[in-house]
Amino acid sequence: MKTHVSTTLNGDAVEFLCTPSETLLHVLRNEIGLTGTKEGCGSGDCGACSVMLDGALVCSCLVLGVEAEGSQIETVEGIAHQDKLHVIQEKFLEHAALQCGICTPGLIVSTKALLEENPQPTEEEARYYLAGNLCRCTGYDKIIKAVMDAADVMRQGA
Amino acid sequence: MAALTYHAPDSIDAAIALLADASSPPKVMSGGTDLIIQMQRPKAPDTFVVDVKKIPGMREAEWSDDGLTLGPAMSCSEFTKRGDIKSVFPGLVEAAYLIGSTQVQGRASLGGNLCNASPAADTIPALMANHAICVIQGPGGTRHVPVEAFVTGVGKNCLEKGELLAALILPKPTPGTSDAYLRFIPRTEMDIAVAGAAVSLTLDHKGVCQRARVAIGAVAPTAILVPEAEEILVGQPISDDVLERLAKAASDAASPITDRRGTVEFRRQVVGVLTKRAALIAAERAGDQS
Amino acid sequence: MSEAREYQHIGQRTIRPDGFDKVTGKANYGADLSLPGMIWGAILRSPHAHAKITALDVSQAEAHPDVFAVATYQDFPSVNAEALAAGTARKDLVDTAANVLADTKVLYHGHAIAAVAARTEAAAQAALDLITVAYDVMEPVLTIDAAIKDGAPVLHDDMMTQGLAEPASVASNIAARMELKKGDVAVGFADADVIVERAYETPTVHQGYIEPHATTVRFDDNGPSMIWCPTQGHFDVRARVAQLLNMELGQIKVVASEIGGGFGGKTTVYLEPVALILSKKSGRPVKMTMSREDVFRASGPASASQSTVKIGAKSDGTITAMQASLHYEAGAFKGSPMGPGCMTIFTPYDVENMYVEGFDVVVNKPKAAAYRAPGAPQAEFAAEMAVNELASKLGMDPIDLRLKNAAKEGTQTIYGPKLKTVGLEACLLAAQSSPHYQSALKDNAGRGLAAGFWFNIGGQSSVMIHLNPDGTGSIIEGSPDIGGSRASMQMMAAEVLGVAPATLNPIVADTEHVAYNQTTGGSRTTFATGMAVIEAAEDIIEQLKARAAELWNVTPEQVDYQNGIALNLSSDDHLSLAEICAKAEKTGGQITGRANINARGAGPSFAVHLCDIEVDPETGKTDVLRYTAIQDAGKAIHPSYVEGQFQGGAVQGIGWALNEEYVYSADGVMENAGFLDYRIPLASDLPEIETIIVEVPNSFHPFGVRGVGETGIVPPLAAVGTAVSEAIGLPVTSLPCSPPKLLKMIMEQG
Repeated sequence: MKTHVSTTLNGDAVEFLCTPSETLLHVLRNEIGLTGTKEGCGSGDCGACSVMLDGALVCSCLVLGVEAEGSQIETVEGIAHQDKLHVIQEKFLEHAALQCGICTPGLIVSTKALLEENPQPTEEEARYYLAGNLCRCTGYDKIIKAVMDAADVMRQGA
Repeated sequence: MAALTYHAPDSIDAAIALLADASSPPKVMSGGTDLIIQMQRPKAPDTFVVDVKKIPGMREAEWSDDGLTLGPAMSCSEFTKRGDIKSVFPGLVEAAYLIGSTQVQGRASLGGNLCNASPAADTIPALMANHAICVIQGPGGTRHVPVEAFVTGVGKNCLEKGELLAALILPKPTPGTSDAYLRFIPRTEMDIAVAGAAVSLTLDHKGVCQRARVAIGAVAPTAILVPEAEEILVGQPISDDVLERLAKAASDAASPITDRRGTVEFRRQVVGVLTKRAALIAAERAGDQS
Repeated sequence: MSEAREYQHIGQRTIRPDGFDKVTGKANYGADLSLPGMIWGAILRSPHAHAKITALDVSQAEAHPDVFAVATYQDFPSVNAEALAAGTARKDLVDTAANVLADTKVLYHGHAIAAVAARTEAAAQAALDLITVAYDVMEPVLTIDAAIKDGAPVLHDDMMTQGLAEPASVASNIAARMELKKGDVAVGFADADVIVERAYETPTVHQGYIEPHATTVRFDDNGPSMIWCPTQGHFDVRARVAQLLNMELGQIKVVASEIGGGFGGKTTVYLEPVALILSKKSGRPVKMTMSREDVFRASGPASASQSTVKIGAKSDGTITAMQASLHYEAGAFKGSPMGPGCMTIFTPYDVENMYVEGFDVVVNKPKAAAYRAPGAPQAEFAAEMAVNELASKLGMDPIDLRLKNAAKEGTQTIYGPKLKTVGLEACLLAAQSSPHYQSALKDNAGRGLAAGFWFNIGGQSSVMIHLNPDGTGSIIEGSPDIGGSRASMQMMAAEVLGVAPATLNPIVADTEHVAYNQTTGGSRTTFATGMAVIEAAEDIIEQLKARAAELWNVTPEQVDYQNGIALNLSSDDHLSLAEICAKAEKTGGQITGRANINARGAGPSFAVHLCDIEVDPETGKTDVLRYTAIQDAGKAIHPSYVEGQFQGGAVQGIGWALNEEYVYSADGVMENAGFLDYRIPLASDLPEIETIIVEVPNSFHPFGVRGVGETGIVPPLAAVGTAVSEAIGLPVTSLPCSPPKLLKMIMEQG
């Protein structure tokens, strides 16, 4: 028996049906059709499924779809403004902070959460905050450079 | 994934009624970071989930004259941002901060970590070192259980059918008291503790130890108190010699296993090292408190 | 074209053309495609590491109302034992088929046995319980020693060791033996003043791509069937599926989705043939995904290895002999990268006397797959550790020792060819003068360095470039983009044609829309597909000149083309590419350039890495303090993506050396089949990865390109191993350098 859920997703009112055992990740990808949030492990160990839930950075594979009732969810699809990229997204491209790109949506969401909480992180703080986002391609070097550069630009009010 | 029925009651009484009458094995859901993984295991039984996050008070932390009353479903992320709690219980806060990644922190809770009762849970040694008390509510009323009696085995706690953990009480420490928690993991984040040590110390203004409580984790089926810690520490300044003896006592108290995260020898050795290092940090902090 | 020159676009750090979609979540990866009417497939996997299948009954599953179709090994008609005996099937495809769905035996825990397709994922999983399998459980073989000892349980009754002097008469677990030699090591060792001899071992590790395997397929009786999957080689997927399902190549279209990492692990098939069978039988599109656990249990890891290395040198540092014996775990079926391991191990050295012997050994673990420079990290770890120990014994700086014996142009390799121009010496010198090497070392820390080599390949690439009437265009290529190669294709085409890169849109086409392209692997893409792009662009230039000639009423020889402009040499007239395109209709139709090549002349890439590691003496915990990766790229088309390859390979190697390993129970069950306990490096585990791009051009490529993707994973194992050895004052011989291992060594030392 499916549950009817009403939620706010990237600012839009959205309704969906899901069984109670379906995770929010599964709902986003399969019921709602937003495949930008990725499944890398399904157990909260890789961060590829990162979304914002009521202002907290979470792994959507560890949230039940039914918990979205009455909540505010932000996914990678909600970060750019139509065709205008967020500074974080621009910096990821500028610094070549992605190779295959599968971890990138999770990292974009997590970086935005980081910089909202801590607009001036040290490199160490950034690395520890983002430790839950695994990347196998880049060795993280250019990712951190992009994050630090985005932080600088965002602090200058760009 | 197992089939679920899901309820999110808005009062403790409603939660208790649901748990007491549950058709399939009931599970209280807090952050869900352990529960959802368990429910996805092959052959996991159908589960009756009672989500307690909407119950008033379950996600709040408030001070009273007795100390801190902590809602067990408060996320680690919210908990660790509380500077007022960190200044009194820095070790407990750092234990909570070490659970998983930032994403897990956004959901995981101290209550969930405690009730899940993993031998390697980070908060349990720190709760024990700080004399935490569990407030349990159920069909039979309310009872208080010291945290060291709450966990009864690997993944097992003392909750009876229909009961839930309604609050944790952290008694206000005497002046000159502080705590610390350290754990060993092979990487810098994310890993389950291979060994953990929590120390709470009270020092007088001369730096002599008045009270001590040491708990170690991931080196036995449950977190355990190190019985000789008081004997070794009380009445002494925190010297290198005292710390070495404390390390040995911790190693001796441990009964670790070998698994994919560490060997018996490694855990036994490292828990001693962590205990003495945590004691030193707790002592420095306690010195700042008196 | 290989002298140093100024480029308009080559060497710039452009924004990759596929980048917008990747940072917004629009890019579609393997699990992102759903089709109308789609159903879900699930796989039944073996609970035993080694067993005979004595009965398999799928009838109950087939009869269930939710189940649309069931697949077993019987659905591969053309690759069974009869076909093999008749010579109509290749042995390696028989192995692939039996790996994809087990034949008469299950050979590792997690080995796929059968599959069902049902309306939902949950229904498919539930339906697996309706399949009954009876097993005759056998003892598993889980290590090389266990596999090769007398009386070991044998995985394949027909496995007769290849490559022996006397043919094998009894089946064993050694699939093959190989030997390579140069000169006479006996003479070399007799001449030596100092000898180092050690045994080393490396664990089974996984490529660790963050995207699990996934596919969506639609079988079609009336036209090509469609397979959508993340793969490094969609043409290879097509070929394998065609063979397994007895179809013609033209009956299958494979669309390469965006790919979330491969590193060699996505160069085979797991789900695709199974999904296609289910789709054929059910008449519906089918989607299948692997869980992360499945990826660890049932997709190909990199081979574990055991090696012994012996090196002799004179006291002045001249190496006189190098010898090795290498054993590799192939997993359940033959085919470890033992061969490349033997070929690469000593190639950084110009030494007269070498002897290498290698063994490919099967064990009850998943069938090994390629992982970045397959075979080389394991072998060169052993060699480089031994060379560093030799340097220590000789009292020589490890860079000086390598400089003295460095492979260079003209060096005779042990595997046959002589090296052409290579950049090892340049890398060694760059290492020596690097800020890292010049810096002081922290207390409690050790410093290690190591060299690395990988051949790189060329091979077949096919490219078309279509120009539009306004001069914009598409570059149609067929190399799945695993690291940003579309940017480089765009830049190379733009450089040749003299236009802005953004006017040319690079597309990785499916197998119907472009001719055959070899798998993206072997560090071939920028080299070989780049070469095809350049040739296709040059083909366009010839056509542009001819069109301009017609417009000017001159001969094509009177037309020159530079920087995007055609010049009439007999007057002052000029026309831009766009202007010529605007008149294409009048001069014979639209303009397409093409090149279908088999690229030769791939240049090998050498690297040298430096690493500083601190070890906590009370806990064995390691901390990477500083890391520098230096590698010869020939010519860096897009420096950011070249640096990215260096850094990615370095960090994978650091993980391999410090914390990654498959942990098995005595029953052959992997105990750490997830990212929690299979510990790949995190952002917080690492410092900045400094990079130095060395450019010793490869004269066989128009821009001097050498492949760079793979070499970078080779040096870190010994750079880390040596740094740890230096830090703790004890020789590390076994990877990973996990804290329990290190603490044990430290405590035993006292």
